[in-house]
This record gives sequence, structure tokens and C-alpha cells, in this order.
Amino acid sequence: MPDGLPNDGLVIVAKRDCPTCVLVEPVMQSLDRAGALTVVSQDDPTFPSGVRSVIDDQALERSFRLNIEAVPTLIRVKDGREVERTVGWDRKEWMRLAGAAAEGKGLPDWQPGCGSKSVEPGVHEALLARYGETGLKSRQIDVGNWDDPIEACFERGWSDGLPVVPPTDERILRMLGGTDRKPDEIVGNIPPNLAPCTVEKVAINAVMAGCKPEYMPVVLGVLEAALDPLFVLHGLLCTTHFSGPLVIINGPVARQIGMNSGVNALGQGNRANATIGRALQLIVRNVGGGIPGAIDRATLGNPGKYTFCFAEDESDPDWEPLAQRRGIAAGKSAVTLFHGEGVHGFIDQKSRTPEELTRSLALGLFGVGHPKLCFAGDAVLVLSPEHHKIFKDGGWNRRRIEDELYKALKRPARDLVQGAQGVPEGLPAKLADHVIDKFAPGGLLIVRAGGPAGLFSAIIGGWPGTIVRDECQSVTKEIKP
Amino acid sequence: MKMRDPTAETSPTRRARLAPPPSLDGKVVALMDIGKSRGVEFLDRLEGHFKNAGIATRRYRKPTNTKVAPLAVMQQIAAEAQLAVIALSD
Repeated sequence: MPDGLPNDGLVIVAKRDCPTCVLVEPVMQSLDRAGALTVVSQDDPTFPSGVRSVIDDQALERSFRLNIEAVPTLIRVKDGREVERTVGWDRKEWMRLAGAAAEGKGLPDWQPGCGSKSVEPGVHEALLARYGETGLKSRQIDVGNWDDPIEACFERGWSDGLPVVPPTDERILRMLGGTDRKPDEIVGNIPPNLAPCTVEKVAINAVMAGCKPEYMPVVLGVLEAALDPLFVLHGLLCTTHFSGPLVIINGPVARQIGMNSGVNALGQGNRANATIGRALQLIVRNVGGGIPGAIDRATLGNPGKYTFCFAEDESDPDWEPLAQRRGIAAGKSAVTLFHGEGVHGFIDQKSRTPEELTRSLALGLFGVGHPKLCFAGDAVLVLSPEHHKIFKDGGWNRRRIEDELYKALKRPARDLVQGAQGVPEGLPAKLADHVIDKFAPGGLLIVRAGGPAGLFSAIIGGWPGTIVRDECQSVTKEIKP
Repeated sequence: MKMRDPTAETSPTRRARLAPPPSLDGKVVALMDIGKSRGVEFLDRLEGHFKNAGIATRRYRKPTNTKVAPLAVMQQIAAEAQLAVIALSD
């Protein structure tokens, strides 16, 4: 038995905030008169009145140690061990455990109890961290009583430059509650150091990024996609190019966790968008050792390397979502990982037909990487609802838009070879007689997102590493619950 | 407060000190007077030794020994010198 509780007799765990506990207050008084009774009071040590032994358990330690799930809970103790218990008010059960003094004349025969304060959301993990065995394997780092834990994280190099949430046991346990996967399961080896990363390490970094526990399946899915050898995360980390991981979420999970696919979808202000992308970057930094200036050799980088994550707007039933286009079954949640550089705004407020808009978009898309280079990186076209409406009104679906854009993105290579147009950069001279595509097959990913107003779309250039298609491409994977 | 390590735990929990430079050639040594009595005598002697060895020095001083150095002084030292000697004297 926990400290302060008797080795023999009756123990009742109760709280004033529970109507059933208040209902049985006279029964508790009757039991106290009849013999050894201790009441563990969760929220008010003056409750119940008329009972001699009431233990103040506002810290909930005894409730935690007794594994109380609901109140009132009546426990019979003998020789320091629990013999049996009953939950809620049930006259027959109470009388069987405690005898005639538990009759409770005038009370209903039965009334269910209320949830224990020790199992309220977030409280159980806090109690586990304080009084129990957490099972966490990552080593503990002490922070001095006078030290600011956020500053301590900065000093240890655990931050991307913005404050992180200090990863305490309580927060980590809550985060682990967001997944059924075991904390010691290894998700994969994180480049550049190829350090094994457990679910627990993912949870720690997700805490630091500011994630909620319900984001964990998404964070794990994002990490697994990033670790697909075809994504070449190591190369993306090392590159002098701008790119970093861009995360696009499809399917029901995006709505369930409140991701933004609408107004300002590529911008700030949504917790899930902001923290899921950041969690991936923190895992790469902290577990993998991908430090800017060390293995990360980006000449300039881009602001998306803090975090770059959004969801596709799937509200139009006529629109085939990106994940389905890439082989994921309808109704499933999925993540697509793309090697994204910054957002390039595309303005067209004059086109009114699909043909006009296609030609116009092709002009914008041809600038990816360099207007005279082809296959120098894939691209994501984020099609705004107003631009999409022009295609939709013209009867074009996703596949048609893709096909027509590929046609519009063909160029005679003689205009693009090195030296043409007075610009040394360009395609090799040997291609001069060819008509050439801007992007490799499958290299243009179209996503529908954004606010309802604005004839603007966004072009997000990719990474030239994808020029070797067998070795490097965007990756789409289903997110498991 | 205790936190859990988010890293691959390949380095000690206590942060390692910066390794001393292999040579003082071309370096500037900050000589920091923390404001306690006779600190200036100690730094004068050191300055002389550094000068004889051909090593550049710069002198800095805290306004009072009872408080940490002002941020501006620390930033100035970081900008102008690569090493620092702090005179803990009485």
C-alpha cells in the first residue's frame, strides 16, 4: 500500500467534484463509525465530512499508485495488500466488500462514478513522470534550478535557431501516447551520421518542435518517407543548393489534426503545418547530426529549412489528390516528400481559358533552376482554387492539366544550349537538334491549395539531384494510423 | 529540472571545452581586468610577457567586479580577440 494507507481495513478514493462521491458521503460516514476507514480525497481534504482519516491527495500520488481510474473506488485491504475493489456506487457490491454499514439507506441501488483526476488528459503522464517508471531510455540531462531550460537547449546546440520546447519526461510520455508504436522501435538510420533513431527520439524531437501527440503518426510517416533511399536525404543535406525537405500531406489525417490547406497554406500560423516540418528538421539535426555549416553546405539555403509542410485541399470532389495520383488508395492518408527550394509566386490575372493559363504557367515553370536548363530539378505547382477553376470550367482534370503542361513545356533545345541568347549557361550543344522537355516524366507535381481569392499560384523548384531518376525522386508513402 | 537528450548521444553530456589553439601566432589575446584590486599589476606583467613573445594583446575592463561583464564588453572581446585571460586577483 502507498504511504499513509492502512494495512488492514477499507480505503475509498473520492473527490468532491463527483456527484456520486457526494451521494455516498453518508455511507462513508457510516463506514467510519463501523471500523477502519481511510478516504483518499483527490480535490478537497475537507471532503468527506465526518470521517476521521482523510488523506489529502491533491498531488494524486496515492491515486496514481493505487491505479485509480474512477471515483468512488472502494478497496478492501488485508495484510498490506489489496484484496478487492469496486468502482462507482453499487449497494450490493459495497455491502459485500464492507458489510452492513455500507447499506446507504435511501440511496439508489446503483450510480456510476466519475473519472479519477489521476487519469485526466495529460495528468497520467505527468504522474508517471513524477512517481512511476517511465521506461524512457534516452539519457537524462540535468538543468540547474536557476537555469532557463530553453536557453539550456540552445547552449547544447539542440535548436534550429528558434526556441524549442524543453523535452521533459512528462511531455515525451504524452507525445508517445500519440502512437501505438513501441518507444524502442528503430524507425531508421538518420543521415549524415546514420544514427539509429527510435520512436522515443522521434517523440523527443517532436516535443521540441512543438507538436501535439496526435501529430506523431504523421511525423513518423514523414520520417519514414524521408528515409526512403530514393529520397536521398543525405545528399539533400549536404548540397550547396537551396533545397530542403518539403512535406505535403494528403488524406483524412490532414483534417483530423487541423492542417491548413487554405488561406496562407504555405505560410505561418498553423501549428500542425509548422511543427511537423520542423520536427523532421530537428531529427535530422539532433539525431543525424545534420548541422548547417558542417555537413549542410547550402550556399544560401531557404527559409523552408526551418519547416516546410502543408496539406492539399481535397474539398473539390472532382480533383484527384496528389497522393492518389502517385498510387495511394483513396481514403488513405499519405505524405509526399519533395526536395523543395523556396516559393516562387506566379501571377496570372488575365488568362480565362485552360489553354491560355497552361501557356502562361509554362512560362513560369520554365524558370525553375534556370530558364535555359532542363531536368535541373523537379517542381511542385501549387494551383490555387481560382486558377484551378479556370481548368475545371474548361473540363480539364488533373491528368489533362499535366499532359497539356508537359506539351507546353517542350522547347527546341537550340534556343537553350550553352551560349544561346548570349548566356553561357544552358544545355549541352550536342542536344541542339532536339526538342526537349523541361521536366522528367513524373517530375511535375501538382497540388491544389490556397485561399479562395487570388489568381495566384506557386511554383516550388526542386533539387538538381533528381536528374538521375533511378537514384533520386520525390517519395510518397501511406501514413499508418 | 531534467530533460531527455534528443541526440544520438555520441558526445558527453557535459559540453567539452574549446581546445586550446596549437599556436598563438597571429592571435590577439584579450586581457580582462575584472575590477578587483591589483588585477592591473598582474595584467601589466602578462602584457609584457606577451609583448616580448610578439603576441598582440588588448586590454578590457569590467565596470565592477560584483556583476558579470556587460554584454557590450563581451561582444567587443569576441569581435577583437581569439583568446582571453581574466585576472582573478586580490
